[in-house]
Amino acid sequence: MLALPCPHCGTRDEAEFQFGGEPAVRPPSSVSDTVWADYLYMRRNEKGAHRELWCHAGGCGQWFVLTRDTATHAVLP
Amino acid sequence: MRLAVGGRIDRGKMLRFTWNGRALSGFAGDTIASALLANDVKIVARSFKYHRPRGLFAAWVDEPNAVVDVRWNGQHDPNARATLVALRDGMVITGVNGFPSVDRDVAASLDLLHRFLPAGFYYKSFMAPSWHYYEPRIRAMAGLGRVGEATETRSFETRNARSDVLVIGAGPAGLAAAKAARATGASVLLVDDRAALGGSLLWDTATIDDVPAHAWATAAIAGVRVLSRTTVFGAYDQGSFALLEDRAEAPEGWAAPRLWVVRAKRVIFATGAIERPLVFPDNDRPGIMAASAVLDYLRQYGVLAGRQVIVATNNDSAYGVAEALRDAGAAVEIADARDDAPAIPGIKVRSATVPLGTGGRGGLAWVDLGPRDGSRRDRVSADLLAVSGGWSPAVHLFSQAGGALQWDADLAAFVPMQAGQLVAGSVTGAADLATCLAQGHAAGLAATDAGDLVGPRTAAASPVRPILPLWGLDLPGTRQWVDYQNDVTAKDVRLAASEGYRSVEHLKRYTTLGMATDQGKTSNVNGLAILADATGQAISEVGTTKFRPPFTPVPLAAIAGLRHGALFAPLRHLPVHDDHLALGAEMRDYGGWARPACYRGIGETTEAAIKREAANARFRVGLFDGSSLGKIEVYGPDAAAFLNLMYYNEVANLRPGRLRYCLLLRETGVVFDDGVVGRLAADRYLLSPSSSHTAGVLAMLELWHQTEYPTMQVAFHDVTAAWATFAISGPKSRDVVAGLGSGADLSDQALPHMAMTENFIGSVPCRIARVSFTGERSYEVSVPSGYAQSLWQHLLDLGAAAGIMPYGIESLSVLRAEKGYILIGTDTDGMTLPVDLGLEGPLRAKKIDFVGKRSLLTPDATRADRRQLVGLLPADPETVPVPGSHAVLREGGASRSLGWITTACRSPVLQRSVALGMIESGRARMGEEISLFHLGKLSRARIVAPCFYDPAGEKLHG
Repeated sequence: MLALPCPHCGTRDEAEFQFGGEPAVRPPSSVSDTVWADYLYMRRNEKGAHRELWCHAGGCGQWFVLTRDTATHAVLP
Repeated sequence: MRLAVGGRIDRGKMLRFTWNGRALSGFAGDTIASALLANDVKIVARSFKYHRPRGLFAAWVDEPNAVVDVRWNGQHDPNARATLVALRDGMVITGVNGFPSVDRDVAASLDLLHRFLPAGFYYKSFMAPSWHYYEPRIRAMAGLGRVGEATETRSFETRNARSDVLVIGAGPAGLAAAKAARATGASVLLVDDRAALGGSLLWDTATIDDVPAHAWATAAIAGVRVLSRTTVFGAYDQGSFALLEDRAEAPEGWAAPRLWVVRAKRVIFATGAIERPLVFPDNDRPGIMAASAVLDYLRQYGVLAGRQVIVATNNDSAYGVAEALRDAGAAVEIADARDDAPAIPGIKVRSATVPLGTGGRGGLAWVDLGPRDGSRRDRVSADLLAVSGGWSPAVHLFSQAGGALQWDADLAAFVPMQAGQLVAGSVTGAADLATCLAQGHAAGLAATDAGDLVGPRTAAASPVRPILPLWGLDLPGTRQWVDYQNDVTAKDVRLAASEGYRSVEHLKRYTTLGMATDQGKTSNVNGLAILADATGQAISEVGTTKFRPPFTPVPLAAIAGLRHGALFAPLRHLPVHDDHLALGAEMRDYGGWARPACYRGIGETTEAAIKREAANARFRVGLFDGSSLGKIEVYGPDAAAFLNLMYYNEVANLRPGRLRYCLLLRETGVVFDDGVVGRLAADRYLLSPSSSHTAGVLAMLELWHQTEYPTMQVAFHDVTAAWATFAISGPKSRDVVAGLGSGADLSDQALPHMAMTENFIGSVPCRIARVSFTGERSYEVSVPSGYAQSLWQHLLDLGAAAGIMPYGIESLSVLRAEKGYILIGTDTDGMTLPVDLGLEGPLRAKKIDFVGKRSLLTPDATRADRRQLVGLLPADPETVPVPGSHAVLREGGASRSLGWITTACRSPVLQRSVALGMIESGRARMGEEISLFHLGKLSRARIVAPCFYDPAGEKLHG
């Protein structure tokens, strides 16, 4: 039961949001199979400060990047 | 027995109930447990494993034994906790886990076998041939109430609340904390699981601030928001807490429990403490109760649990209980394990004395008292043995919230380490009123960082003599119970230790200690202390098992709240839903929409209806409601460029007024959706995703636009519900559409297959798209959904002479299967790439990095032996293979799967069975005959191109 800060609507209940995972930079199609597979499937899944995408799907519909401590669920600046 | 006076019950309101068929009565304010005790019911349950008779031990959440089956007013709770459920008039209460009853239980003979049923017995004895062979029989013997067949009908509600300060527990400490925090101006939510606030103050004779304690309690909550009969059962992330409010006694009448989610800036844990049993031989006999519970029943309900009472204790707290029982008229004797027991007027007190054994049939008759080594025994008659083994602070929520615990050897208890968290009262080990009030006051101020206020005043406490920890008696051959509900003895704990289960978590899982519905509230500390002794560890080294939510059992329906059935996933209705029903449509759920499966005539089978509807759409004209088909309008100067990045197919070169069948991929290359993309103007497109994928497609476009291409000028609008769409399909479809008088040129030159036009029917805007999912000449006519009903009726009238007939999804499924048109999610799965469907052109032709493109170039995507879409003609034309049947190949003496059937039906036009499937290297196997396997049966089918009807498309193009 997290409360997350939507940059447009303010702090709202987790139920209004959709998780988008770690943001990944999309490589061009000229990259190797390995680089492409890393982009598709490999995530750092770090304990501690974690940058991640969220969408306020039940509100303004906007995607934003949030830094959250995965151990404490604290939202970091 | 019920005393003539006393208790917080309403003696003017008698409540009748039955217990195992016996008619009994209680009073308003009783719990089931207090009413049973008032009626001198000794055996309330049979134990989980040995079917031993068990009585009430505790009075509240810690009760390990009294789980009962309750029926009332059409409701059935097969595992009600008797100490927590308020008695109601007309309740039918039955004991569980006993046959024919808990009084006379035929399975009680299991107890004679106890020597052969130690901890871990099941793991050792029931392994050959398989545990699953024995499990159903063992489960039938063990356990609790029998779950009913009925679906949960009670309506559970969910509420949210916020406050500056949340105070958990409304005993003296909690009240002092709430009062202090409120006085600083903070908003305070005070929660207590009992009906009346005050905890021990309800019967305490002390004065606080010069007024009686209960009067002070009433005044303390001025301005505080209070939730009573509400259990905080879980601490969750970011300081949120989950609460369950029991509303059985709500002023407006019975109501289902309500789930609360509370967020507070600060929380104060004033959760109290739970009394431990003493561990000694035969300590589970009905009539042996926690001393504090005996006092609770006396003070709250006016029930005297026994007339001839022995109070056995190792600490001071039970002395007050002994005095209260004496004052209530019972004959009381105290057995104190410590050496220096003081003299108490009117009570015989024995020093250095513990219970060594108990006896009696169907209840307690005598207790053997003597020194701990059992060297001397004095048999004393008694009908009640009140025991106190010390107090375990109720640290459950504090620990769940991340608080650390430490073993306090002086108190013989795990207490909170107070680092940043606010705790007050007996949860800290505090044993007297003055300390509890002072701690509560300090916590209330600390929660708001406010200045100094004067705290509540009461008399200073008299000094307390230290507890003598007692973790069982060293008396071989005896059965000393640790966990009553799960039948775990001290010997079981020692056995687990000797078998190497040194971790308290392993002990718990191996012996099931603390795993029952009471979650070991009375048993955990005794159990881990015995484990510490058996393994030579300090209790602080053993530690506790992890405290997890919920503190007390919570109905799953309460967590679901209103999120169930149609309130969770409402079935969407088509604009002409009622017209379908009037035509006899059988409505089913297709991707969240209620849509006609088919329109059965009177006495007609579904199969016959499908055949009739499909033939009519092929050879005359059919009418289909496609309103649920997605409609997403895409606007903006960059609409073409953006959609070209999204779609597998080229869409930028589409001319206005033209349509194209296109695939959307995931970035993994897997087909996500298919649909028709239409271009309305240079900067305006209309997408038609699958009915159940519209929201997903819109979400995908938004995600890519916002995160990857934010500078592109494009916007999306889901207009699915704004337009109704009806498909008119069949050789006579053009005549019917022409009758609408839209002014559109319907000639094949002006409106060929895959073209669309925007016109008006009268003054109503309409879109006519020539697109087909049947393989016949088809027109989709769309109007604003407010005009849906008149258009639907108009089309039926216009087509009457041509023999128009509506057709449903099931008929459409046959028509599309005959043409080899795929359904995403039916013919494809989470591994299907466009090349598997035979759609390779765009990959070669399109140079930009559209979504999923790079994934189509990997070695896996370009393997020659990928499964590919094919048609299958069963060797027996009368047999329709079951989708999911595998195509099998015998290779080197073993069979392996080549793939499977995805769609199969009987084709009315070909008058035989046809199927689609995904088969390994399918396109290279054209003409091959293969084996199909389903449920042990083999059949044969020939691989053909995935189109069985009009492969040249002559019908389609007209």
